[in-house]
Amino acid sequence: MKLNLRIWRQKSKDSEGQFETYEADGLTPDMSFLEMLDVVNDRLTKEGKEPVAFEHDCREGICGSCAMAINGEPHGPNQGATTCQVYLRSFQDGETLTVEPWRARAFPVIKDLVADRSGFDSIIQAGGFVSVNTGQAPDANAIPIGKEVAEQAFDAAHCIGCGACVAACRNGSAMLFVAAKVSHLGLLPQGQPERAERVRKMVAAMDAAGFGNCSNQYACEAVCPKEISADWIGRMNRDYAVSAAKKV
Amino acid sequence: MKLDPRIPGGPLADKWTRFKANARLVNPSNKRKYEVIVVGTGLAGASAAASLAELGYRVKSFCFQDSPRRAHSIAAQGGINAAKNYQNDGDSVHRLFHDTIKGGDFRSREANVHRLAEVSVNIIDQCVAQGVPFAREYGGMLANRSFGGAQVSRTFYARGATGQQLLLGAYSALSRQIGLGRVRMFPRHEMLDLVVDEGRAQGIITRNLVTGELKAHEADAVLLCTGGYGNAYYLSTYARGSNVTATWRAHRRGALFSNPCFTQIHPTCIPVSGDYQSKLTLMSESLRNDGRCWVPKVSGDKRSASQIPEGERDYFLERLYPSYGNLAPRDIASRAAKRVCDEGRGVGPSGLGVYLDFAEAIERLGESTVRERYANLFSMYHEITGESAYESPMRIFPAVHYTMGGLWVDYHLMSNIPGLFVLGEANFSDHGANRLGASALMQGLADGYFVLPYTIGDYLSQKKPGGAKSGRQAEAFWEATESVQARTKKLLSVKGSRPVSDFHRRLGKILWDQCGMSRTKQGLQKGIDAVRELRKEFWENVNVPGSGEDLNQSLEKAGRVSDFLELGELMCRDALERDESCGCHFREEHQTSDGECERKDKEFSHVSAWEYQGEGKAEVRHAEPLSFEEVQLATRSYK
Repeated sequence: MKLNLRIWRQKSKDSEGQFETYEADGLTPDMSFLEMLDVVNDRLTKEGKEPVAFEHDCREGICGSCAMAINGEPHGPNQGATTCQVYLRSFQDGETLTVEPWRARAFPVIKDLVADRSGFDSIIQAGGFVSVNTGQAPDANAIPIGKEVAEQAFDAAHCIGCGACVAACRNGSAMLFVAAKVSHLGLLPQGQPERAERVRKMVAAMDAAGFGNCSNQYACEAVCPKEISADWIGRMNRDYAVSAAKKV
Repeated sequence: MKLDPRIPGGPLADKWTRFKANARLVNPSNKRKYEVIVVGTGLAGASAAASLAELGYRVKSFCFQDSPRRAHSIAAQGGINAAKNYQNDGDSVHRLFHDTIKGGDFRSREANVHRLAEVSVNIIDQCVAQGVPFAREYGGMLANRSFGGAQVSRTFYARGATGQQLLLGAYSALSRQIGLGRVRMFPRHEMLDLVVDEGRAQGIITRNLVTGELKAHEADAVLLCTGGYGNAYYLSTYARGSNVTATWRAHRRGALFSNPCFTQIHPTCIPVSGDYQSKLTLMSESLRNDGRCWVPKVSGDKRSASQIPEGERDYFLERLYPSYGNLAPRDIASRAAKRVCDEGRGVGPSGLGVYLDFAEAIERLGESTVRERYANLFSMYHEITGESAYESPMRIFPAVHYTMGGLWVDYHLMSNIPGLFVLGEANFSDHGANRLGASALMQGLADGYFVLPYTIGDYLSQKKPGGAKSGRQAEAFWEATESVQARTKKLLSVKGSRPVSDFHRRLGKILWDQCGMSRTKQGLQKGIDAVRELRKEFWENVNVPGSGEDLNQSLEKAGRVSDFLELGELMCRDALERDESCGCHFREEHQTSDGECERKDKEFSHVSAWEYQGEGKAEVRHAEPLSFEEVQLATRSYK
């Protein structure tokens, strides 16, 4: 199997980038997309060229490191999958693929396909937690939590922080990411004491980090590898409104 | 060298309580004068950094990933053990302790393991308080499942992403401290050396992976929470970035490395499909709650699974280990799978695979219940293989998954270098020669939340904070920085013809063949020679493109592989010198008539601890004897 690749190459944050074309041959459909990039990189190394920088770590769809758009789609063509979970059987022999880093104001490109996503960390640092010190916890079964509530909280908490939602959004908004964390903690009894303050602080941090706002297109939900629902954004907006009203 | 594990006196069950009652403390207003470095942000690192900052210490936290949330603890699937006995099925701290000691084939320290079992209950409380969405029953109480090596249900879980949820809990606690300014976070920073002066750990040298800048960081104590070294095998269930560099470089500075040959091969992973493969994917042990392992009864049976009638199937784990069945511990299940494949009864195109079948569970529970329990695992399996495990059985095969060995630590989790502490998978301490399922998450969080915060005070209280830097100490930092610089330069200047991955792959093959699921004297000697030769070739012929002054992933990999090439030899040597079989370490020369491990307690009831002697020189082996007061050494049986 053969593929033609147009890959974004950019030396550093401040330099200008451009697409370069590479041919990848001798591939098999059972290969993962990232394994194909490994093969390309080994070849570039042998040819004395610099390999393509890209982020990846667990290669099983949970660490959230891998972050690239294939033919304009964050994480490529598969529903509910990260880039590392894309296999070449998803493509046609001889197909041309355009491979780019996340494109968003709040995610500046550092090199090639690597973008800086530290904006997400700053949002969590602003309030994405329950303020409980080690050692302060009561017995784990002291507060019953309904099975359904726990399941819903998990659905929201399953976000891997990859940033595909931001990359897919025309406004570069992080609303899905923020809403997932706000909802995860807001659904649980443990998250109640700080609920109003949390949403306010996290939204403020989101704005400060340069993420845009939501205009209800839901491209985020469509590309999310963990299929996190855009309904959480509605829930967050409600929480935010209540919180803002309380403050007044 | 005499290794003092500093185990407190008194009866086993009271040791930790007594330690806490007598540990020396640092006054609250003095804590802020002490600076602590924490390397790694997995369960152990994130929980330790957060807990220390909460106590008032100044903390610097480092990780090589772009965010602390990406540490590989995130990928743990199945669950976390705790002796809560919520199921009323006879669990207790003592039983968890006993299962863990027995599971490790009597090669771990009793006192450490008992403490682990004691604090396990606090971990669940802490995580729930943070908002970790564990699975619940309809009445709102926490649910449990069973894992290998136990006859009780004590494993807490969050679907198939327990590690993710626990890590995000610890990450949120860490993030809170970063936001409060009590932890300074350094993502995309790799530790490349440990600074030791006047016999104490004084700090580390890091490389900023984006700018290439080397920097010295001083501290009153250094914590290594940098995970295991299973990527020495190249193919494993580890993340691609997982490496031994931090602990290995500390080893080169004098920290002893214990039991490097104790590597866990997990029985249920998706089989290898091609040479290009970069990683093996685990299918959680929790699947063995409902999945049944089998192969055809006769060798060479090439029929598809559905065409093989019930009577012609060998449910080999249920046959061999009737009392534990499919939940036999990992080392035992892996070897059993290897044996049936060696007999020519393996399934799939390569013949290196066994079935994990859910047909009976689907019939008993209905597909929807099976889906609820394992949906994300089944969909991962589908993504990778293109097959549906609801329709036909999974094909699985053992793969490298965890390392029980690591830097030697005493009861305080301090290495033989004062001021250097080692937590989680990076140390050797709690799992002996085999770790039980769902115990890695338990140990990482136990060390970080509930052990280290107590033991570090005992050390720091005896030490002046910071203090004027002596000229000699500055020299130690300067020397370490120079040596890192020299190594980087050397890697970049070889300009040979082969990429780093080529050497890594070949090292992995040597270790898998000679130091994998079964080992022989001859094979290990062969392995040592082969690793040495490969290391020599690496330094003559590796090609690392680019420069040291920017983001250079080839350079990062080269540094890590150069360390694996040194460690690989030590793994083989440790396996060679341990002339017995125990847990994961199966020496073919020492087996019972039915192919089980034959321990030699008289000679080997100890922990090996290797001392570095300089590049290319043979390391010196020390031993810490293990004495058992509570458990009776017995042949481990799951039959």
